Amino acid sequence: MCLGIPGKVQKLYDQDGTPMAAVDFDGVQQAVCVATTPEVQVGQYVLVHAGFALNILSDYEAEETLKILRDLADFNANLPEEDLRQ
Amino acid sequence: MTEPTLPILEGPNCPLPISDRGQIVIGHGSGGQMTHDLIRDVFQKRLSNPILNTANDAAILPQAPAGQRLVVSTDAHIVSPLFFAGGDIGRLAVCGTVNDVAMLGAQPSFLTATFILEEGFPISDLEAIVDSFAAACVEAGVELVAADTKVTEHGKSDKLFISTTGFGWADSNLTIGGEQAKAGDAVILSGAVGNHGIAVAEARGNLGFSSSVRSDTAPLNHLVAALLDANLDVHVLRDPTRGGLATTLVEIARQSQVNIQLEEDAIPIDKPVRKACDLLGLDPLYLANEGKLILILPAHQAESALNILRARQYGEGAALIGQVLEPSRGQLWIKTPFGTTRILDMLAGEMLPRIC
Amino acid sequence: MTDTPLNTRDASLTKAIMEKIRRVTTQPWNIMEICGGQTHAIMQYGLDQLLPPEITLIHGPGCPVCVTSLEAVEQALQIAARPEVIFTTFGDMLRVPGNKADLFTARSQGADVRVVYSPLDALKFAQANPEKQVVFFAIGFETTAPTIASTILLAEKNDIRNFSILPANVLVPPAMHAILSNPSNRVQGFLAAGHVCAVMGYHEYPPIAEQYRIPIVVTGFEPVDLAAGILMTVRQLESGQHEVANAYPRFVTREGNQTAQNIISRVFEPVDRQWRGIGRIPLSGLGLRPDYASFNAVNRFELDTTPLQESPLCIAGKVLSGVAKPFECPAFGVECTPTHPLGAPMVSAEGACAAYYRYHRTRA
Repeated sequence: MCLGIPGKVQKLYDQDGTPMAAVDFDGVQQAVCVATTPEVQVGQYVLVHAGFALNILSDYEAEETLKILRDLADFNANLPEEDLRQ
Repeated sequence: MTEPTLPILEGPNCPLPISDRGQIVIGHGSGGQMTHDLIRDVFQKRLSNPILNTANDAAILPQAPAGQRLVVSTDAHIVSPLFFAGGDIGRLAVCGTVNDVAMLGAQPSFLTATFILEEGFPISDLEAIVDSFAAACVEAGVELVAADTKVTEHGKSDKLFISTTGFGWADSNLTIGGEQAKAGDAVILSGAVGNHGIAVAEARGNLGFSSSVRSDTAPLNHLVAALLDANLDVHVLRDPTRGGLATTLVEIARQSQVNIQLEEDAIPIDKPVRKACDLLGLDPLYLANEGKLILILPAHQAESALNILRARQYGEGAALIGQVLEPSRGQLWIKTPFGTTRILDMLAGEMLPRIC
Repeated sequence: MTDTPLNTRDASLTKAIMEKIRRVTTQPWNIMEICGGQTHAIMQYGLDQLLPPEITLIHGPGCPVCVTSLEAVEQALQIAARPEVIFTTFGDMLRVPGNKADLFTARSQGADVRVVYSPLDALKFAQANPEKQVVFFAIGFETTAPTIASTILLAEKNDIRNFSILPANVLVPPAMHAILSNPSNRVQGFLAAGHVCAVMGYHEYPPIAEQYRIPIVVTGFEPVDLAAGILMTVRQLESGQHEVANAYPRFVTREGNQTAQNIISRVFEPVDRQWRGIGRIPLSGLGLRPDYASFNAVNRFELDTTPLQESPLCIAGKVLSGVAKPFECPAFGVECTPTHPLGAPMVSAEGACAAYYRYHRTRA
């Protein structure tokens, strides 16, 4: 379950005592509640589900992910490291 | 005991209706003076033409040009809200019917319309909608030749419904239709899909997002005319409105008894539309369009057709999106960017945001 | 995410990882993706077609709409039918069949049923309609729980007393226990639901991996993420390991989001819950704590609680626990379609049966 997509925090504000963020998803904007991520900063990416920011993405982790994935795929390697079928 | 004071009668004191109201009242549907005033001030002022101006109960239309047949389509238009980015119900009511007539290769010439108004509807909104209706008629090159208004009690309808019927002439030799797709044909789309569906969803305001997406509502008859003028062997023309691109192509596949395969990468979808779909769990292939057409024709004519479409307004984003495969009982397949395929079915019911 | 270097729908990277899976696989493995969103993505991108024939993906019970009990749906229908109620729900829930009707039917009969994107929208309806009772259908897993708990805390803070929820939230780890302890279980490896873990972390999983000697890999939802999660699971299976690993580090840490967890446990406590088609699983649901019992819609309205019977044709329980594939059901695509669903997995776009119906029927 749980559709969640990352968006970038543009602005933080208070709406009747509720901490909110204006979040941009590549040209689509949404008002998102940040009660569950009170430490969030403008410019960070958050994972949004049902109008709430559930977690914060750091650039470091995103780059780490890419590195892990490339390693997994041997994306830049010419030869397979192993072939257990043979 | 004092005598009751009798009113002094100085001429009739029964109240006359207020003639200048800001909103629709039941009296506007009476058929009397208020109806006449509404028609004169709101409709005739904006939609005048010799046939409509005869003010008879019906319109007499000219005879079909030699070698041409009459093509008719009718459509009821209900949209909530009535105004959205890129259009409104007035423009929609003209374009929807004009496009349906054009999809059989006809040039639409005349429209009739029924406006069903709910008591309390602001006349300024009606004027704005009729302005937009009139502008769309001019753009499409059609004339409104007969019209009717009715007023319902408050709560018995919803603000404004518009039903339109369109009449046009098509060359008697044309055999364009959903049953004409042939194996080997190319499938062309005139531009990006999903914009109307997202623009209306955004305008409803209950999904809490905003974007730059605008409805694509537009008359497509000039695009169709350009295709036919080039003597292309057009097999199928259809506008993917409700149910979207996927549902419309499933209909065509079934009507023609062929399989159709799309290339997912080739289908134009604007980025904000895609993002809004990601956010809400919607599928752009099932979102409504009001200014796009699907063209199916022999593959060797695809290039010429694309050049014609891309050179014209409303066809700038045209793309070759797939091909007609072998005869079958009619399935729609899509090839993903991963080299895999999946089947696309008709939209089951109302498209709902998929939150979970 | 254009600002980060990661294109998680990159076809060549996905295919490269898939090729790697093909190379490391030597024998048949059954892997369950717990989450319905993952099932949906696998079907939409056709990722199962890229796997070697030895790998079977079993679609788990992680579709909240699908597992919401018949009783809860019937309660929803009864509450929605009341004239003083505005009933609010996520979109997919409208088509979930109760015994005879669904919320669409209720709406057509005059009930005020409104689709919301967020539980906060339901709270706004409550503020705007003080003369009405606004009820939110609280479905979903640990991902959705903090959004609902936060909404209740806001209702409390702002003293919005005409707002309540129909509690039906469920928890993932007890369902994993229920699947793995079933004698006919075929699952040998788990892709854990990435967005559940974004909230809860994965510290709950090592005891499960240890007890059942099964690898558990936290996995995301995009093609590249899913391929990576499957590869990390297959590698463990092939080398006889049963560790908890994280293939979705950009949003998941071991401890998860502590603030969100605290909000959940302030409002909710674990309770036994009925899963549609599966049965009662101990401590697998979230119920309101006594301090927040006044927000429970079940306490506000008088409801008929006659026991209910599911359609005898539907094998939803077997599908949701991975014992049967959707197409093994005799009703699949015949009596049961997305237009006329007999069981909940055909209702939601994420439901295993609907996903199969939409994406996986073979070429005729």
